[in-house]
Amino acid sequence: MSAARSSPLLEVDHVGMTYAVGGLFRRRGVRAVDDVSLRLEAGSPEVLAIIGESGSGKTTLARMILNLATPTAGTIRFRGSDVTAIRSNSERMAFMRQVQPIFQNPFEAFNPLKPIDHYLFVSARRFAGARGRTDFESKADKALHQVGLSLAEVKGRYPHELSGGQLQRIAIARALVSSPSLIVADEPVSMVDASLRMSIVNLFKALRDELGVSIVYITHDLATAYYISNRVLIMQRGNAVESGDARAVLDNPQHPYSILLRSAVLSPDDAGRPRSPADSAIPPLKHSISNAE
Amino acid sequence: MRVAGPSSGAPERVLTVRDLRAYYRTKYFGIRREVRAVDGVSLHVDRNEIYGLAGESSCGKTTLIKTIVRAIRPPLDVVGGSVTFHFAGRDRDIHALSRSELESIRWRHLSYILQGSMNVLNPVRRVRQSFVDFAHRHSGKPMPEFLHQVESHLARVRLEPAALDAYPHELSGGMRQRVTIALATVCRPDFIVADEPTTALDVVVQKDVLGMLREVQQEIRSSMILVTHDIGVHANVTDRLGVMYAGRLVEEGRTVDVIRDPRHPYTSHLVTSLPRIGDVTPKRGLDGAPPNLAAPPTGCRFHPRCPLAMATCHVKPPPMVDVAPGHRVACWVTAPPEEPVTAQ
Repeated sequence: MSAARSSPLLEVDHVGMTYAVGGLFRRRGVRAVDDVSLRLEAGSPEVLAIIGESGSGKTTLARMILNLATPTAGTIRFRGSDVTAIRSNSERMAFMRQVQPIFQNPFEAFNPLKPIDHYLFVSARRFAGARGRTDFESKADKALHQVGLSLAEVKGRYPHELSGGQLQRIAIARALVSSPSLIVADEPVSMVDASLRMSIVNLFKALRDELGVSIVYITHDLATAYYISNRVLIMQRGNAVESGDARAVLDNPQHPYSILLRSAVLSPDDAGRPRSPADSAIPPLKHSISNAE
Repeated sequence: MRVAGPSSGAPERVLTVRDLRAYYRTKYFGIRREVRAVDGVSLHVDRNEIYGLAGESSCGKTTLIKTIVRAIRPPLDVVGGSVTFHFAGRDRDIHALSRSELESIRWRHLSYILQGSMNVLNPVRRVRQSFVDFAHRHSGKPMPEFLHQVESHLARVRLEPAALDAYPHELSGGMRQRVTIALATVCRPDFIVADEPTTALDVVVQKDVLGMLREVQQEIRSSMILVTHDIGVHANVTDRLGVMYAGRLVEEGRTVDVIRDPRHPYTSHLVTSLPRIGDVTPKRGLDGAPPNLAAPPTGCRFHPRCPLAMATCHVKPPPMVDVAPGHRVACWVTAPPEEPVTAQ
């Protein structure tokens, strides 16, 4: 553990993922992620935003970091050890304790037939070593307090009784039960109501600043990425095309794709600006047609 | 700001909605439940105008437009109010029309781009067949002429005729979205209702599709209601904007006025809480949860979450008051009615 302390928290080293598609005779590979590298230092928690359109490989990269998919090239090291080399159950549990996911749609993340506290209790039992009812409840309550809820509000309730914002908070609380050092959040606010979105985003900020959790924030929303992240990585068709300090990259993007993304952001400040129907600097869709699948 | 309609002067009203109430009513095992998804909405849309409807999920936006196009089925029921379209020189109350009259209006005069419209195309029919299924009988043209029209119309949304021979799964999300826009506009309707037409799309494709929607709308000179929760989209596309909260319209005005100078506390929260590139000031989310429409709060429905709420707000729902020409707000604090309230 002491040797691991000096190595980076997460090191993604020239990672690639090729999916095989087609039948037996017409097999071909689709490169979902191609030679992506990134690093999160231990001891300096930060929010790293991964930005890109759908099909750019963001989610595949997240799945590889979470060890839900095995990269076909390169290695991913968490605290110095290769995550794909995990074989035993105890190692896997130790890894999952440290690295926790938050998914896009809170309505789909929870089983509608199970009370929501079940998830918190299971996480407490498996990852936080809690034993016995009172221990479960105190661990769950502590995690819920970190996201601005309490067990009393949530206990025995089912997913349909809660709003999307509350569910997403509970999903975050569930991830916090094991006090992880890395959270991978895949589009965590895109399904949350506008009036609640900023409170979730602020929560991520608080997790970083107060609990020292590093966050990989996957999104296609440049504005929230600008708001919370320290660094950004912009992906296009599996490649990392631009990365660096979030404010610097988004204020002044260099790569043509980043510039295109930046220019496509529709800002509320555009109201009242004269507009012509064909004011978009977007090339005709033909290009994206041929590239889609 | 915009080109005057063919009959310049006073704008021609295409849609008038008066005090519309639409509730979901269920009765299971003797338990009655009533969800007041649309509760007293009045609005109007002029010719060649894009009217935006904003609000968060479950505020009744989709129910409102379902009621406007009469795409209602139980348990949704129209309880009161009227929806009047002005097509081809005639006023028609859409809820009083017979089935055949309704069919003669649909697609020719009134078309509807559904939410999640990327997935509305029939997966086992080629796009060409979908066009025939949906629009041919409304077009009133012989088949070869209709297909020719479809092809030239597809060029307008920048799709190649080859797309007609594709199955929906062979097209990307953006292309499918274009196909549905082309479907909804091929008969050059007077009125288009678009429910979250770009929500599932990426930012780059979204901008493109919105530009196209506007382009087509300008070209065929129709009116449109555009529903989306994204204020950025409204700022770029719509002419007037209505903000809904818990089944009621809380603010309405020219999009510029509503976004630059929001009067209702909910609208101002929506606008100021949006993160923007180049702006790092802390933003706050709203406290509390969206209201349950089966048991909405008394008085002003926003009062439990409102930072400005006062005693009156808990008791009496605020009326819509004009704060500036064409800018209406329903709030006791920021728009107190001075004179007798205007009914409209």
